[in-house]
Amino acid sequence: MIIDINFIGLIIASIMASAVPLILASCGELITERSGVLNLGVEGMMIIGAISGFALMTVTGSLIIAVFGAMLAGVLISTIFAFLTQTLITNHVATGLALTIFGIGISAMIGKNFVGIPGKEFPVLFEGLKDTIPLLGPILFGHSIVFYFAFALPFITSYFLKKTKIGLIVRAVGDSPDSASNQGINVRLVRYACILYGGAMSGLAGAYLSMIYTPQWIENMTGGRGWIALALVVFSTWNPIKILIGAMIFGGLTIIQFHMQAIGVRIPVQFLTALPYIVTIIVLVVISRDSRKIRLSTPSSLGKSFHKDN
Amino acid sequence: MIKIVKRDQPSRAIFFFTPVLAIFLTLVAGGLIFFILGFKPFEALKFFFIVPIADKYGFSELLLKATPLCLIAIGLSFCFKSNNWNIGAEGQLTFGAIVSGGVALLFYEQEGFYILPIVILAGAIGGMLYASIPAILKTYFNTNEILVSLMLVYVSKLILDYLVVGPWSNPEGFNFPETRQFSDSAKLPLLFEGLRIHAGIFLALAAVVISWFVFYKTYLGFQMKVSGFSLKTAKYAGYKGKKMIILVFLISGACAGLAGVGEITGPIGQLHREISPDYGFTAIIVAFLGRLHPVGIIFASLVVAITYLGAETAQIFMQIPKYTGQVFQGMILFFLLASDYLLFFKIKFIGSKK
Repeated sequence: MIIDINFIGLIIASIMASAVPLILASCGELITERSGVLNLGVEGMMIIGAISGFALMTVTGSLIIAVFGAMLAGVLISTIFAFLTQTLITNHVATGLALTIFGIGISAMIGKNFVGIPGKEFPVLFEGLKDTIPLLGPILFGHSIVFYFAFALPFITSYFLKKTKIGLIVRAVGDSPDSASNQGINVRLVRYACILYGGAMSGLAGAYLSMIYTPQWIENMTGGRGWIALALVVFSTWNPIKILIGAMIFGGLTIIQFHMQAIGVRIPVQFLTALPYIVTIIVLVVISRDSRKIRLSTPSSLGKSFHKDN
Repeated sequence: MIKIVKRDQPSRAIFFFTPVLAIFLTLVAGGLIFFILGFKPFEALKFFFIVPIADKYGFSELLLKATPLCLIAIGLSFCFKSNNWNIGAEGQLTFGAIVSGGVALLFYEQEGFYILPIVILAGAIGGMLYASIPAILKTYFNTNEILVSLMLVYVSKLILDYLVVGPWSNPEGFNFPETRQFSDSAKLPLLFEGLRIHAGIFLALAAVVISWFVFYKTYLGFQMKVSGFSLKTAKYAGYKGKKMIILVFLISGACAGLAGVGEITGPIGQLHREISPDYGFTAIIVAFLGRLHPVGIIFASLVVAITYLGAETAQIFMQIPKYTGQVFQGMILFFLLASDYLLFFKIKFIGSKK
């Protein structure tokens, strides 16, 4: 049996493509969590990004406006979360859940008029180079700009957190808000910024789904990816590079499912669809078993409200 | 000038006032959204909140929808009071329905007084089994219960889908994704002729009474309360934290499972693809809106149930998209959380007096 080497390249590329929204949303949430805030609203912010991107693309016809509009929508919706948790000091978990429920409702409400409209083609870069190198060609070339950005993001995030002053401030705020505050850092402001950044990345992840990955609007089209992105942050033990690995594993599970169906493997389709969720649970168990390791890598103030008297 | 002052003690009066304030603010914001969408706000709100429950049938539908919400929220309040974030009640509901539906199908075309209790019990056990997964993983493997319980929601819906399409589908059902009709002995009796409200409401009321008793009259309720305030204190007091985590998950799983039983053995009488319009998630809002208090939860479940009915009515009469219901639910929780600020802080107007 001869296996076409470019076919393998195509499969890897499709795995990478399905990993993109997970990488984007996880890297955004990672920054939010590093500052000590647990935002469970990723799914809601993502779906808002998806509908905003698609709607703006359909209405304005401009892809640039659509992509940035989706990010802005993510920022706006996360502002609600930031205001509640930071200014009104509400519980992070409950507020995040409200954000997800609200986001799904609003997106379906806006999206009612966009169901069934075909999407636009999103331009890809380096299309011509695809056939020049066997195996690597389809992996490296012929993707959208968002795709390349997503794969650079974990490295940028890692550099930001480890090597820049602002990155240090974010980590300080997450690990010890009291000492950071005593050093004259405005904890609330830093956390606001990190929450809004997380919103922008989730919005971009949603836009990638509705504009590039499957260019159309389907109700609830994020299908739990936001929650998997949250799980990925735990999986990575708050290390951006490991998000890349995790996202590839989950992307792989999604793609393998399609190929197994195509080959005609006699496993019920529902079991294959459930696989990413089941694997997420197993991975979480394996990662969290070592409670000391988890405690060392978790931002110490994660999910705890910070209120400076006066 | 306005000055914000921290209260020495959370205000008890405001504790019960803020849910009402939250509902009021939701109505105002909802009216605003309707206005932006191009509807007359007052008319839309009337169709949303008053028309659906204006007659006997509507009121029965309200109770029908409030029943699972109340039941699940009571169960969740055990978890939330003790600081356990079970957000997968939807999955526990689904799995409870699967187990009880499976048992009901075993008694296909059989009659007998003993069938219904077995079917109900099976649902509770199913919900407990499913809730025990995040509980055990949390206690023995330190795994985050939020993510595990949520992932299991997706898994349970896929199991249900597999069963009603595949092995359990009705052989004479022309490939519709549904099972055979349960025998009459496996169905919860309807309470009134022509209305859909069924005996499941008594399960919810029983849960309310039992939970009230446990919360306020038992040592376990006290332990839960202490753990909710401070896990450290609970540890020093020597409470068996692990046992309690598993117990509260089992209780909330059982309640969600019973809600699942009500959904399939009530008016429908069979398993099918979509047994619950996200009752398990909405019940989280109900639990908070009811202040995790059994009586509060009754009121909250009625209020939130209206959003389900209102969404349907408003869609039929005014072509308002039905997802508005979810938007309202999200807003109620937002406003509730926000107005809790008043619990801990006072807003003082100074400078107005000379």
